[in-house]
Amino acid sequence: MRKSILPALLVAFGALAFAQSNVIKIATVSPLSGEQAALGEMIKLGAQLAVEEAQPEFEKLGFRLELAPQDDQANPDVGVAVARRLVTDPDVLAVVGHLNTGVAIPSSEVYKDYQLPMVSPANTGPAVTDRCYLNIDRLVGRDDVQGPAGAEFAVKTLGAKRIFVVHDKTTYGQGVAEQFKIKAEELGAKVVAFVGTEEKSNFQALILQMKASRPDFVYFGGIYNQGAVLLKQMRERGIKATFMGPDGLDSSKFVEIAGDAAKGAYYTTVAGPIDQYPKAKAMAEKFKQRFGKVPESFAIYGYDSANVVIAALKSFIEQAKRKPTRAELSMLIRQTQISGVTGDVAFDYKGDRKTADYFVVHLAEAKYPGEVAKVISFPAPASVCKSIR
Amino acid sequence: MKNLARNQLLLSLAIALVAVASGFWLLSDPRGTLPFLLTLASLLGAFLLPISKWLKVLIGGAILLIVVPAAGFQNSFLFELGVQIGIYAAMALGLNVVVGLAGLLDLGYAAFFAVGAYTWAIFGSKQANEFMPVKIFPLPGEYFYLFMLLAVVAAAITGLIIGLPALRLKGDYLAIVTLGLGEVVRVLANNLDQPINITNGPQGITPIQRPPVDWFIAIFNQFGIQLDKAQAYPLFFYFLVLGIIGIVTLVNIRLDHSRFGRAWIAIREDEIAARAMGIPLLPTKLLAFATGASFSGAMGALFAAKQLYVSPESFTLIQSIIILVMVILGGMGSIPGAILGAATVTILNVDVLKTASEYLEGLRSSGFTINLGFFKYNFANLPTQLEPAKYERMVFGLIMVLMMIYRPEGIIPEKRRVLEMRESE
Amino acid sequence: MFEVLISLLPSVLLEGLILGFVYAMIALGYTMVYGVLELINFAHSEIFMSGAVAGAETFILLKGTIANPYLLLLVAIIIGGAVAAFVSVSVERLAYRPLRKRGTTNRLVPLITAIGASFFLQDLVRLIEGLWNNAFYRRYPTFDAFERTYNLPVWLGDIVIILSLFTFFFAIVYLIYWVGVRLARAKQKRPTRNTLYALSGLSILFTVLFSLKYREVLTTDMGLSIQMKSLLVIVVSLAMLFGLNWLVNKTKLGVAIRAVAQDAQTASLMGINPDVIISRTFLIGGFLGGVAGVLFGLLYTLVHPYVGFIPGIKAFTAAVLGGIGNITGAAVGGLVLGMLEMLGGTYLTFLTNGAMGTEYKDILAFVILILILLFRPQGILGQQVGEKV
Repeated sequence: MRKSILPALLVAFGALAFAQSNVIKIATVSPLSGEQAALGEMIKLGAQLAVEEAQPEFEKLGFRLELAPQDDQANPDVGVAVARRLVTDPDVLAVVGHLNTGVAIPSSEVYKDYQLPMVSPANTGPAVTDRCYLNIDRLVGRDDVQGPAGAEFAVKTLGAKRIFVVHDKTTYGQGVAEQFKIKAEELGAKVVAFVGTEEKSNFQALILQMKASRPDFVYFGGIYNQGAVLLKQMRERGIKATFMGPDGLDSSKFVEIAGDAAKGAYYTTVAGPIDQYPKAKAMAEKFKQRFGKVPESFAIYGYDSANVVIAALKSFIEQAKRKPTRAELSMLIRQTQISGVTGDVAFDYKGDRKTADYFVVHLAEAKYPGEVAKVISFPAPASVCKSIR
Repeated sequence: MKNLARNQLLLSLAIALVAVASGFWLLSDPRGTLPFLLTLASLLGAFLLPISKWLKVLIGGAILLIVVPAAGFQNSFLFELGVQIGIYAAMALGLNVVVGLAGLLDLGYAAFFAVGAYTWAIFGSKQANEFMPVKIFPLPGEYFYLFMLLAVVAAAITGLIIGLPALRLKGDYLAIVTLGLGEVVRVLANNLDQPINITNGPQGITPIQRPPVDWFIAIFNQFGIQLDKAQAYPLFFYFLVLGIIGIVTLVNIRLDHSRFGRAWIAIREDEIAARAMGIPLLPTKLLAFATGASFSGAMGALFAAKQLYVSPESFTLIQSIIILVMVILGGMGSIPGAILGAATVTILNVDVLKTASEYLEGLRSSGFTINLGFFKYNFANLPTQLEPAKYERMVFGLIMVLMMIYRPEGIIPEKRRVLEMRESE
Repeated sequence: MFEVLISLLPSVLLEGLILGFVYAMIALGYTMVYGVLELINFAHSEIFMSGAVAGAETFILLKGTIANPYLLLLVAIIIGGAVAAFVSVSVERLAYRPLRKRGTTNRLVPLITAIGASFFLQDLVRLIEGLWNNAFYRRYPTFDAFERTYNLPVWLGDIVIILSLFTFFFAIVYLIYWVGVRLARAKQKRPTRNTLYALSGLSILFTVLFSLKYREVLTTDMGLSIQMKSLLVIVVSLAMLFGLNWLVNKTKLGVAIRAVAQDAQTASLMGINPDVIISRTFLIGGFLGGVAGVLFGLLYTLVHPYVGFIPGIKAFTAAVLGGIGNITGAAVGGLVLGMLEMLGGTYLTFLTNGAMGTEYKDILAFVILILILLFRPQGILGQQVGEKV
């Protein structure tokens, strides 16, 4: 019998040591170092601005609101390790992140075990919300809309006939490229090649394949660091096909790296350029004042994501006069509606934004951001979920 | 004699006291890094100091089986840490056979980890439906234990396949070829989503079945402790890993003292002399390779079940290097060294470096200012790039270089090794 | 299909040649250090990288100051080379020399040190770049002078095709002969001169017959062109190769290097200080690696702290392929590997009908390495060396 008392005692002992604090932390998890830091940093700074703006209000309510920025290095293993650290900190009530779908999926499995709400400012992979988790919401559109939207623009508006599809062999890049390919073929264009590559410097082998298959359109599913170099080398070798990519190219770095080659390229994005949002102007000025940088697309999505969490927190605290549990907050976030800088934010049954905007951006000059060629407001695809877990 | 006995008694008392004190500190502050490290230090102390075997077992058992699990209830990160240490320790023990005993530098060790992980991931998820004629997948969690054994076999076979060409080569070439073959396995995992979708490529495989824990929860219910599944899994994996480490360590010790162990060491010391003594080189080396690989394969299956997600990105060169660093740090050829190395590197990597980064981030966001009159510094200006957690390669590289220069035999050297490493001094 | 493969061939070989020269330049550093110390200097890939990054910084800093691109390139090459040489010598001084002084006989110890140094340097450069520029990528600026494209005459492509056909037939004929000799268990295994003449004649016959039959197909309509920067790579690496050959064979330092490589102890009795000579070897090898880095950056635009790894491994493969320790061998190995990689990367997709794509081209290098090590460990130009006991 003695044996059974000892562990129970220890548990009780530990529980006593655990005290409720009045600190509320919102964590951001995005790549802050390495190849995709330029995108991840924007998410962090956007959320930081939102948190800093809300701090005085929470002070009045008797709580200290803090930002806990984390670096997932765009690597799923690091992402999961960060997630496991976050869930053990009882002050962390919500996560704004990640950047990469391939990181978000395994990490959110951890959040789900602890009902920690995650609001995604950037993950476009359908699987993020199609798993029907209560605690996962996203502000951006989905690849199964973004890819086809790009394909439709490419085939119908630009008249692409022979399309060469390249992707970067990541969950995100391959996923969106596949969606693009399916729709493009459906619309009658011929996809002459569908190749993945991890190469980062020398794309000559691919370019030679392009020379052989003579595409009039090249779609690259991936991030700017590869896409820009590919585009530059394509133009150097005289491939004149129109170039298009998904929101991974939506960074000033894309234009910086590709240089003049960026001229004439298209990208689709789920986070529209700031000038698309009338409300974003004030935010952009504040952002610039605070961080000395011009906010890029993901910054305003980071900002809105944090604001959704903040709104839910505030309404709970005002009613209940206490900190919500993570499960309570998850439930509340799903029902929260705010009028954010990216438009009205509301989530559907499975956590997708009810109506998300998709933009096709044209880089008429080698200057970021380009001109919006087309805006498509598209409701989230019908729910595949029978129930929410 | 009497003096010695009294010294030992004092020592025993001291370490027991430290262990109890640190244990209680950890229980009262389960999220603290310091009490955790102190607890582990007392565990290490109990192991290294010349005290009675019974006391060692008592302290070790109390810390590993009671204190850490109890503290883990409030901070499940401890379990995560414990499981990761365990996984790496088993792999370090496996690599220790290859690098430490047989003296074969294997830079593609993560490949076997990948083979093990994919063995369970493919059949423990819907993935296998993509290419198997019968659509009965995912297999229920009970099959996990069977597949852990299969993972051992699969990894050992991979070890033979990789080893057969690679082991004909000498030292340096072997290193670079294993590095290459390790990369080949990763690239294959990344690309075998077509023409037949076996690994699901870069998308990775998720969700993966976990072994059922209902019986485990039932046992705890017997003692009046209520567990839900989210709590039970970390605890379960923790105990599972402890058990596996025990088995792996035993196997290692037996191997070390067996005919094969002596043959490996003979090859390590002098290949030509070993051959002259009648040791068949290639089969003996292959055996070492396959043995090391099989440990890694088992842990791979466990990793897949624990992580619920497997993707090629988990099996890069840096993974192999990290395991190598563990072996080097602890001492090539030394069994306690490999475990210590694994614990040190894992804690450094997932806890200490991250804590240090968070501390710096805290300083940064608080805008704390040092003012020494002549020297004024506002921490808000601290560059955000200055985060120890980002520079793991630098830390591990430095460990490797420094260890090789100053203590090539490792922290807990294998006794035979000391002589060799320092022979010409 | 067949048409496409043939008409691409000249371009593929040309791109392979350029890539091969890049590998050759890096391989020189590996081969020099291996020749003297019998050490695989893993850190050489990071020495190459530090040269590339230093070159990028030079370009960025001095772009406004020095108007002439060629002068700017010269300055960048010198600074990149100097930085790399400094890194190289420091690694030798701080990491390898203490080991030599202790005189450990264990072969693993220096190798592990080299790997450690390599990883250390990657993140050291990343930290420096992070603190200095808050950046991961550095981009080489583009200059019109280097981007200029020169069209090569069509007959050059035709000659390349004919020569390739000849090589192809010769390889097949030789293989048949080789198998036949083995099957017949003939005593004379090496072909005599007359046999070679006969085999060549046969291949020429085949080539002529084939060319006549497929006359229309056998020409390149892709156009063959080369950029100024690629020409620069070829010129500089040839200069490096001949310079190094001259240095090792014709100068006093070269004699000393060869002496130390042969037997350091005896060399020291002849009044040569092995430490000084080894240091010089690292200096030269590092400088060459740095120059290679600058040209790599110029060619492929984007460099970053992890850029050295893949080219480093490939260059090492090239060095082994050509016969490690042999300077001309490094160049030959580089060229062969470059062309094989480009052939594999371009054609694999066509040959397997898309089942295996360019992704497998990195594997190709490793497979070649293993095959070479198993069947001809001394490499193409190396000599069989007995084991030192």
